[in-house]
Amino acid sequence: MRVALFVPCYVDQFYPQAAIASLELLEKYGCEVHYPKNQTCCGQPMANSGFEHLSGGCNHNFVKNFVGYDYIVAPSGSCVLHINEHLHDDEFPAEAKYIREHTYELISFLTDILKVKNLEASFPYKVGMHQSCHGQRGLKLAQMSELNAPAFSKPMDLLNMVKDIEMVELDRKDECCGFGGTFCVAEEAVSVKMGKDRVADHIKQGVDYITGVDLSCLMHMEGILKRQNSKVKVIHIAEILNGSIK
Amino acid sequence: MKVADHAQRADIFNQDEKRVDWHDETLWWIRQKRDKIAHQIPQWEELREAASSIKAHTLSNLHNYLIEFEKHAEQNGIKIHWAADAKEHNQIVHQLLQKNNINQLVKSKSMLTEECHLNEYLQEQGIDVIDSDLGERIVQLAKEPPSHIVLPCIHKTKEEIGELFHEHLGTPKGNSDPQLLTEAARIHLRDTFLTRKAALTGVNFAIAETGEIVICTNEGNADMGAHLADIHIASMGIEKIIPKREHLAVFLRLLARSATGQPITTYSSHFSKPRAGTEIHIILVDNGRTRQLGREDFRSSLKCIRCGACMNTCPVYRRSGGHSYHNAVAGPIGSILAPNLDMKDFADLPFASTLCGSCTNVCPVKIDIHEQLYKWRQVLVKEGHVDPKKAIAMQVMAKTLASPTLYHLAGKAARITLKYAPFVVNNKFNAWYLQREMPEVPKSSFGEWYQQNRKDS
Amino acid sequence: MMSREQILHAVKMNQPEELALPNLDSFFENQTQGDIAEFTSVLQGIGALVLQVRNHQEMINTLKAQFKIGEVRVVSPLESLREIAEPFIGDDPHQLANAELVILPSHFAVAENGACWLSDALCSERVLPFITQHLVLTVNKEDIVPTMHEAYARIGKADYGFGTFIAGPSKTADIAQSLVLGAHGPRSLIVFII
Repeated sequence: MRVALFVPCYVDQFYPQAAIASLELLEKYGCEVHYPKNQTCCGQPMANSGFEHLSGGCNHNFVKNFVGYDYIVAPSGSCVLHINEHLHDDEFPAEAKYIREHTYELISFLTDILKVKNLEASFPYKVGMHQSCHGQRGLKLAQMSELNAPAFSKPMDLLNMVKDIEMVELDRKDECCGFGGTFCVAEEAVSVKMGKDRVADHIKQGVDYITGVDLSCLMHMEGILKRQNSKVKVIHIAEILNGSIK
Repeated sequence: MKVADHAQRADIFNQDEKRVDWHDETLWWIRQKRDKIAHQIPQWEELREAASSIKAHTLSNLHNYLIEFEKHAEQNGIKIHWAADAKEHNQIVHQLLQKNNINQLVKSKSMLTEECHLNEYLQEQGIDVIDSDLGERIVQLAKEPPSHIVLPCIHKTKEEIGELFHEHLGTPKGNSDPQLLTEAARIHLRDTFLTRKAALTGVNFAIAETGEIVICTNEGNADMGAHLADIHIASMGIEKIIPKREHLAVFLRLLARSATGQPITTYSSHFSKPRAGTEIHIILVDNGRTRQLGREDFRSSLKCIRCGACMNTCPVYRRSGGHSYHNAVAGPIGSILAPNLDMKDFADLPFASTLCGSCTNVCPVKIDIHEQLYKWRQVLVKEGHVDPKKAIAMQVMAKTLASPTLYHLAGKAARITLKYAPFVVNNKFNAWYLQREMPEVPKSSFGEWYQQNRKDS
Repeated sequence: MMSREQILHAVKMNQPEELALPNLDSFFENQTQGDIAEFTSVLQGIGALVLQVRNHQEMINTLKAQFKIGEVRVVSPLESLREIAEPFIGDDPHQLANAELVILPSHFAVAENGACWLSDALCSERVLPFITQHLVLTVNKEDIVPTMHEAYARIGKADYGFGTFIAGPSKTADIAQSLVLGAHGPRSLIVFII
């Protein structure tokens, strides 16, 4: 299985360890993983700001880089959702369609395609799971608290395979952290307040780490935790599942 | 006059963090009540689907249903008026009052009259208007607009209300007991109900098949007003029509459960004919609704039954308060309705969201609210309603992200200065740092690591 | 008249192609019990008192113990209650301003939400159930339907001038979300299941 790793721009620049863990995880489960080096971004920052019409060049570059693989996998729910919903290319419409339909967020790729049943990882800490909205409500990685429907959670299925980990129950299990792309600066006051409240919920449950599938949310919460001089750390779920941290 | 935008208003609201916490927790509590009762109905999701389909069908055949409704209502002795816009609506109300030599009006809750700014208009014409919904009366005394469509004074603490009632209704100073304050309002408004000859109400549902209207309240104020007045004026948007009586079953099962977590409102009153010797007038108002009907991407916003569930669940609404939306209808649904009224004035609202999608999930008529917020952003940009500086920055970003060479240069720079990180492209990067730290800068990017540690590409 | 034509024209131009109405039959299946127990627990949960009695006399006895019958104005159209209540025969609803207790029959009640349906066939003066300080409704025990779907099936094409579902006493939570019973309408509701 030829898999291309899509590493979102901010992960590439600020959280390479999450991308490394994603790569190693995919390799462990037998994927032939490639990292197309001329990849840039999914185009979401423009599109969510109302400039989707400017994302043509970015989309085209995306298609050029990710054409010819069985699957494209990224350690980010938000970027994947954007590709799934909005990737179009006038020059290569069929290729864009294939990519749209075969781009997976890492967790759902592990559970749905690779059907992972065992993990070699231990993480002896108390951990809170942040359900990023685009992964959860967009990609349906876990049941949404608003709906009257059976519970499930793909990230929890995997985290439950990790040895020695203690997962906590949050008061508000799927409330948005307030990152929201450009929202985090355009609506600074509300964004920060949302982040503070989310972080407080995790702290109240006594966590050592906050994990999640989206580093954008984690970066925002990390910014708040650090400003508060909190000992609580953030960690991408791939690093836990990969056993990257002992 | 440029009004302050959502972000500026939200910033002010957030200067009192305790109030934000209280506002957030109170509305979250209502969201939890909604969850609890919704999850007791095994067919809840099917009900939402049915409600959405009934509304979609109605909108697709609205022309005939409006005519059918008019015909049946008139057969029942109700007078129908048509208003193309807010101004005409207000004039119709005024003329009806003038014709009957009435200069005092008691109103029950109607978001449409808020949208039309009826109170201000009538006051200018010398009409005394008293809002009878307790929450609306409170904001009326405070000379403020409602901040929530179901809970008009949810932004006010009981202490503030106690102070207001002390000033206007003579309750003891310093007393903010809700029981005592409600009793004071009851006495004050009972006198109003007994002395007003005209009552104005909103409309929750209008039935094409029968020509009747349904009005839901918990307080009983719409009924007290309407059954004691000589003239009952009911104002409704043209989208309030549903085809048949049996469809009310679906909507009444959803409405109060979604709104406040109650199984049904205390009163669901069906007005079919006027009482002997009295009149019922229904004003059918367009005010931009036909325009929205023609916008394919935004048409389904007209399905809204004004339950307010999207506000209660919205993490942004809960932490910015209804007044930050500077529109009669606040929150997520207000943010997709308002740009239809005026793109320029309300260009900020579709951006006042993280697109988390919780609104869409609680909506009893399944409006894809967060997707419409996204689509409004595209429309507003194309129509030129965003900051030109932002447009330039976006063009730079688009160019950078389309070119791997430029991107890698920018990326290197970003790790050092963080200047071009995509989420801060609007040049307000300082806003990140006000209350948050920057991420720690790693030694190398993943791309650089990969080149050193893996062979291909 | 111009606006009417203008609005209808705009609607016709802008409405999409006709979409089908959904079938609601499935909502009549898979119901919860829909019985007296459910009705009672739901309605008591929203602030009303539910009592089961064998007949009107038993209800009268209960009401005599609850209210100062004889000292306050008690209004009811029910002939069987003449011992404690007078009918309203005036033509001005304002004359009901001092009603302390109103007792009305209802057509049927709904188990899922505790609502009782009454139309002007049973309550000639519309303001009666709203203006009174305290309200009593009666419902026959065989007239409890499970959900609103059965409720509207039961109402059918009934021709009324006014009809209302009443579920509980008048209430508000507008002040700091604190629930207060007795907003503008009745301060209390008792439903007698007969």
